[in-house]
Amino acid sequence: MSAVNLIAVFVENKPGQTARITKLLADAGVNICWVTIANSGSFGVMKFLVDKRDPAVRALKDKGLMVSLLEVLAVEVPDKPGSLQAVADLLGRSNINLDNCSGFVANNRAILVIEVHELTQARAILEKQGLHLLTQEEMLRL
Amino acid sequence: MRGRLIPPPLAFEQQIRLRIWVDNLAAPGIKALFTIMFWDQESETLARPTLEQLQLKRLQDTVQRVAQRVPFYRDKFKELGLSPGDIKSLADVRRLPFTTGADLRAVYPEGLLAVDRDEAVRLHTSSGTTGKPKAIFFSRKDVDNAAELIARSLVMAGITRKDVFQNMMSYGLFTGGLVMHYGAEKVGCLVIPAGPGTSERQLMLMQDFRTTAVHILPSYALYFAGFLEQKGINPRKDIALRKAFVGAEPHTEETRRRIEQAFGCDVYNSYGLTEMNGPGVAFECEHKAGLHLWEDNFILEIINPDTGELLPEGQTGEMVLTSLKREAMPILRYRTRDITSIIPEPCKCGRTHRRFARITGRSDDMLIIRGVNIFPQQIERVLMSFPQVGRNYVIVVEGLDDMTIKVELAATGFDGQVEHLAALQNQMVEKVRAETWVRPKIDLLPAGALPVAEGKAKRVIDKRSL
Repeated sequence: MSAVNLIAVFVENKPGQTARITKLLADAGVNICWVTIANSGSFGVMKFLVDKRDPAVRALKDKGLMVSLLEVLAVEVPDKPGSLQAVADLLGRSNINLDNCSGFVANNRAILVIEVHELTQARAILEKQGLHLLTQEEMLRL
Repeated sequence: MRGRLIPPPLAFEQQIRLRIWVDNLAAPGIKALFTIMFWDQESETLARPTLEQLQLKRLQDTVQRVAQRVPFYRDKFKELGLSPGDIKSLADVRRLPFTTGADLRAVYPEGLLAVDRDEAVRLHTSSGTTGKPKAIFFSRKDVDNAAELIARSLVMAGITRKDVFQNMMSYGLFTGGLVMHYGAEKVGCLVIPAGPGTSERQLMLMQDFRTTAVHILPSYALYFAGFLEQKGINPRKDIALRKAFVGAEPHTEETRRRIEQAFGCDVYNSYGLTEMNGPGVAFECEHKAGLHLWEDNFILEIINPDTGELLPEGQTGEMVLTSLKREAMPILRYRTRDITSIIPEPCKCGRTHRRFARITGRSDDMLIIRGVNIFPQQIERVLMSFPQVGRNYVIVVEGLDDMTIKVELAATGFDGQVEHLAALQNQMVEKVRAETWVRPKIDLLPAGALPVAEGKAKRVIDKRSL
């Protein structure tokens, strides 16, 4: 399946939380390949792509942390102007809302990580345009 | 007749026959359907006129005694031009002076003692958070009578001598420990005086001794449910709990339901106050439809808290209690500050002692925010109606009447989507606003982020008065 699984952690928005969570992951021998943190007032949500998902979830849950798994799409796009625009346009036309989006370039490959509610539909639309959707393994090997 | 299975409204012979018939039914579930448990059936089902006669006699005795022995009341009677002989009917209770919490503090430590100090065998104090506490004395008879009322209350909810009763309330000056302990022991339960120990130890006791009933603060019950969940313990399978008695903190019906769901057991509301023995003043029966107040021990009035006027049955106001059997320290017309109403209809359980509705608030706890009166229970009701909400919350009022509700999310309430949390926040703001007319700020927090109280939970932090 060309979807990528992330771990989402719900934390209080106060100093030291990122250090606390990442220490738990480091101690469990988990490598973080990708991360975003979003804050909203009293709380924050950290999202991780990790090499060892189950040990990571266990390490966090053991400490009473609220963890949830999340499926996102990782789309490879040409590293040139208009690429994000093209993806956004495709989804927008199909009335699919981009809940979250981030992008990066690694080894000359431009990757967009996108969160949408209509995952299956979005995947079909993007694949139909000949865009490559990365699997979990591909993301980890970047 | 004590502690036996007897249905109430039948003649004696019929009772015996029915009992034999019921005992012959094999299934215990069917048996439970047909029988009602009493500890003291005679006292609990007194015909109203008899009960009221008894109340009057005990009231007259009490008034006589305090007039002789308690200068505080003697002076008040003199001011009112009242002599004990003026109490000729139950309605005359209204001629008596009120006693307030401030009065009890003013006469601290022993100004209301009505017996020689040698006769007093126990001291408890109320959980006053400011200044001096209220000191309450018990004679030997008072200790025994308080246990008697607890025994009635527990048996009314189906507790028998076979139960293992873990008392998770604080032992010490707080009545929730010792008074409940003596009563449960009287019923014949195996009583575990666990006190407010760590959750690990509570669980160990619960599992090792197959605890079937607990006495617990509602806020701690919710916290403890979270603790079990985190430990991967399924209360329905891994512990033997069947009944929980929650009290000492006002709580809502939603909170009761949550505790029942979390533990898979019946939860009964227990009402008491140190000034009136502690727990055992009023309890729910198996029908969980209001709390039976033991009227042979207390006179119940509901008054308008502003004017002091008596309100008709069914109207909501402040509960006022007069002790009828307390020997060491009788208290007349005590202003409890608890807001409730009398349920006039007779109860299906056959007890003639009237019920009052779940306490909707304490006039002490009432917040006034932007000119609006708000009880913390109103907010609790809203919060607990959201399945995503966890087990702990606190209301902070600061600045120019800004209300912030900090609330923990349930483990299942987080799906990784920030948008869902933001939507939840908005819904909560709207529902609280609709309920209280004040628009709060909602802070969502992960489980365990809020401090857990050692004793009674502190649900409101009002920083305005600082």
